[in-house]
Amino acid sequence: MRRGAGPLLGAATLLAMIWCLAPVLWQLVTSLKSEGQLYLSPPTWLPWAPTLAHYRAVLGEALFVDAVINSALIASGSTAIALGLGAPAAFALARLRPAGSRAILGFFLAAAVFPAIALVTPLFALFGRLGILNTYWAVILPHAAFALPLTVWILTAYLQDLPPELEEAAQVDGTSRVGAFTRVLLPAAAPGVAAAGLLAFIFSWNEFLFALTFAGTDRTRPATVAIALFPGLHEFPWGEIAAASLLVVLPLVVIVILAQRRIVAGLTAGSLSG
Amino acid sequence: MSGPTGVRRRRRPGGGVAWVLLAPAVALVAGLLLLPLAEGLRLSLHRVWLQVPGETPFVGLQNYLALLAASRFWSALRVTFLFVVVSVGAELVLGLALALLLHRRFPGRGAARVAGLVPWALPTVVSALMWGWIFHDRYGIANRLLLDLGLLDAPLVWLGAPATALGAAIVADVWKATPYVALILLAGLQGIGEEVWEAARLDGATGLSLLARVILPLLRPALGVALLFRALDAFRVFDLIYVLTRGGPGGATETLALLTYQTLFQDLDFGRGSALSVLMFAVNFALSLVLLRLLFGRGEAGRVAR
Repeated sequence: MRRGAGPLLGAATLLAMIWCLAPVLWQLVTSLKSEGQLYLSPPTWLPWAPTLAHYRAVLGEALFVDAVINSALIASGSTAIALGLGAPAAFALARLRPAGSRAILGFFLAAAVFPAIALVTPLFALFGRLGILNTYWAVILPHAAFALPLTVWILTAYLQDLPPELEEAAQVDGTSRVGAFTRVLLPAAAPGVAAAGLLAFIFSWNEFLFALTFAGTDRTRPATVAIALFPGLHEFPWGEIAAASLLVVLPLVVIVILAQRRIVAGLTAGSLSG
Repeated sequence: MSGPTGVRRRRRPGGGVAWVLLAPAVALVAGLLLLPLAEGLRLSLHRVWLQVPGETPFVGLQNYLALLAASRFWSALRVTFLFVVVSVGAELVLGLALALLLHRRFPGRGAARVAGLVPWALPTVVSALMWGWIFHDRYGIANRLLLDLGLLDAPLVWLGAPATALGAAIVADVWKATPYVALILLAGLQGIGEEVWEAARLDGATGLSLLARVILPLLRPALGVALLFRALDAFRVFDLIYVLTRGGPGGATETLALLTYQTLFQDLDFGRGSALSVLMFAVNFALSLVLLRLLFGRGEAGRVAR
């Protein structure tokens, strides 16, 4: 097939890869340039004398380090809640199938496409009344709520694909249905749990609007907001912004490289009906 | 990988247990998404100015009427519409091309996939800052590159002029979302059986005719899903533009979500901000229904939900 076009298609693929990575590489170049070289017009393609000064500056900035820790806490918390509530729900939908299961799945689909901005005012008022504004909960809870539909979706798909004999065997051994779920089904659906957990974590790590509105103080502010507000702290320190961006992106790139297959499976699960 | 297939005929005892297991998830989603929506609807019918605490009289549809009379609202609607149509259109075309490229077997396919996942995995805030620096009028590499290639005579002030500012936002969005579209379409391509390709080849279908007559019709569900999710996502775009231009210059990139945010947290007009939110929700909801109908047909509207 298309033998003659081989090299051409190969070149196109390479070009597409470069296009995907170029902005990140440019950020890397920027982060390594000295202050003097950064503000040359026109800019140079490569750093003359690469320096780690911007990385040192960013890592010495307590506010930034705290923000990364906040991001990790918020993303872990919301992922735990999404999995903790999503797994039992998915088990019920995939295996127990009570009347109305379909309506519930539809409900979760509708929730998945909710415009976050429409919830900002009422949630701001609600969290104010509950007295949890500017606490971790004010960000963790909406992140968990938004990650839940996708979690339920992915886990339901995985649990449904498992053979029914699996839990029947466990039940013959005298285990209850719920026991069969935690001891047999859940471990068997581990790839699905991993995919759902990774997507929930990445979603929360990257989310901006709720974090911006509900974590208005240094104490709970996550990294996305801290980076976006950097320009306010200094006079647009592009070198430090570049270094900080790459530091925030690093865990994500590691996750993507290690779990590429899981992520792709999770992203496409449920998005394609058979 | 197929989606959840919904209820099967066989029903077993255990409805009670099932509802106990479902309740917490449903409660969280309903409590944080549905109830607030109702509260937003209530707020939108009152005058709620944060500068005047305590006084929140019922004003009926006044907030909505004031919105519809404001040119700023219509401008935001136009900008949002333009942003959705151009960026999602480009993402579908480029995403299809990328999916077709990645569908072939070639050495380094895994690496190519990782490269594709990087833009998707980045926080939008970070990609907005990256593109802001790329499009910087004095120190940006975009001007340098285009000048070197002879495509520009003089450096452009990308983010300072209305047309190029929106264009820059669209480029940043297309860069970030195209790989996602490609992934969905790639999964669709992989679902097309080898015998289909073989039959098409025997029929002598190649290149564009193969694409138009065989691949695109079979790819319709995947295209539909990608279009649905991308259109809804682009419609509520916030982070990208908030960081890149703050809606400027002169409102040229102010989308509905941005206008809502400014109304809420700069004008502190929660009544009117809530009215905007409700309108956005309504458009969002209608858009999802229309797209579902369009792509999956009347009786099959539930297919995506399975």
